[in-house]
Amino acid sequence: MKQCKDLKIVAVERPNDGYVLLKLTDNEPLPAILAGQFVEIKVENSPQTFLRRPISVNFVDKARNELWLLIQVVGEGTRHLANLQVGDTLNVLFPLGNGFSQGVVGERVLLVGGGVGIAPLLEYAKQLKQVGATPYLLLGGRSANNLLQLELFRQYGEVYVTTEDGSMGEKGFVTNHSILANDQLFQRISCCGPKPMMVAVARWAKEHQVRCEVSLENLMACGLGACLCCVEKTVKGNVCVCKEGPVFDINELTWQI
Amino acid sequence: MADIRTTIAGLQMVNPVMTASGTFGYGLEFADLVDLSQIGGIIMKGTTLHPREGNDYPRMAETASGMLNCVGLQNKGVDYFCEHIYPQVKDIQTNMIVNVSGSSPDDYAECAARINELDKIPAIELNISCPNVKQGGMAFGVTTEGASQVVKAVREAYDKTLIVKLSPNVTSIADIARSVEDAGADAVSLINTLMGMAIDIEKRKPRLSINTGGLSGPAVKPVAVRCVWQVAKAVKIPVIGLGGIMTPEDAIEFFMAGASAIEIGTGNFIDPAISVKVAQGISDWLDRHHYESIHDIVGII
Repeated sequence: MKQCKDLKIVAVERPNDGYVLLKLTDNEPLPAILAGQFVEIKVENSPQTFLRRPISVNFVDKARNELWLLIQVVGEGTRHLANLQVGDTLNVLFPLGNGFSQGVVGERVLLVGGGVGIAPLLEYAKQLKQVGATPYLLLGGRSANNLLQLELFRQYGEVYVTTEDGSMGEKGFVTNHSILANDQLFQRISCCGPKPMMVAVARWAKEHQVRCEVSLENLMACGLGACLCCVEKTVKGNVCVCKEGPVFDINELTWQI
Repeated sequence: MADIRTTIAGLQMVNPVMTASGTFGYGLEFADLVDLSQIGGIIMKGTTLHPREGNDYPRMAETASGMLNCVGLQNKGVDYFCEHIYPQVKDIQTNMIVNVSGSSPDDYAECAARINELDKIPAIELNISCPNVKQGGMAFGVTTEGASQVVKAVREAYDKTLIVKLSPNVTSIADIARSVEDAGADAVSLINTLMGMAIDIEKRKPRLSINTGGLSGPAVKPVAVRCVWQVAKAVKIPVIGLGGIMTPEDAIEFFMAGASAIEIGTGNFIDPAISVKVAQGISDWLDRHHYESIHDIVGII
């Protein structure tokens, strides 16, 4: 069931200048959240930020009743979020969207993330491991600064890294990584990141006949499937990314791959 | 406690706050988040005779205190509405109103005629003011002749409450309002969005797929209040005011300008329960100022 309520900030971590990690909690138990679902945050005291900001769920710590949001600071709204303090509240509409496919026992799943798109893959890797699947992480960024939480990812699966400047892992794009030389290794792929990266991964998956889903981030307003602003063209016509997505099988999309 | 129940053109409402078309889906999308029976009326997504895919993405651009949209009336058509959506919404305990659009007077009339058959739909809101479609839509709402022609055609096909939604993108909204009143409208609602544009200067491209779109949100409120004031002075039928309402105080402005009820649109995106909060706030404001009824402040300016 969707909720819209004030959550309390219990931790604010700034891994580097470009990002902030907010940990939120509530007096009541948080609702069940699927990996790949997102929240819409109201940004207070920021006249330039009229609409809520959609942010993917980075991690749910059930024991501590915490919801984590890893936010890249890109504009006025996210800059305000980066300045929040422990004890502040944040008005959150959640959980929204469909989420990634649930894993099955023994399934080998490659999770490919780019930039801040790696955020939802942490929760997904955890949930996959919990059901007995084997997640592999392939994470890419411009440089080492864009690759966060690697030690947490390693708790759930093997981590492979690319950077465009070669400051960490293999130099290049995720699709250049040597792990992809063996296309028998993975039964399916889930991907979240910038669109050019997701298109490249989708192309690789199609070529190698590996099932692939991608998480889209079209501009949205309501987050509930009401305003029809965030539509993506699919084989079924225009559908709302916020409600039917954000995760789509690449065969549902009309991308030129 | 002040009495905020109201009746608009035969529609009885628990309070004078409705949700605006295109911002609240079919109500169902918000059912987890707000008690729908505490909303005066829900005006559902614009419906046309035939299915429409709407415009290409991107359809939305955030602007100062507001947003532009060019959704373009995406909907699955009136038959789909009657077969699949109506059964899900007919038992919602409020006025469930369909917003009707079309590309010719016959289209509008036929769509309205189908909805006339649905027992639990007490009213339609005729959209002659959508700025985002090539044919019809706003084309009918910007001349007195066009507006009158569509309303007359629908009036013949539809015998329940007929609300006509007006465009602010005109020289004299009062003239348009008078023409739809003469053509048989039971009430008018205003304003629809103001036509606008935004450009991404880094990409050297418009931010919306069809270049222009409709501006909504607090940015348009003063324009909307002015339009409501002018129209309320020009017609005898009830006026429903909308445009950028976010707070009870915003709503009070509209009542004073002459609106008998209001709609909340873009505000639903910021707070899904805004309609019920505004209704409560209207009642509180009336109490604080010792008014017994909402009717005591309508049109006092």
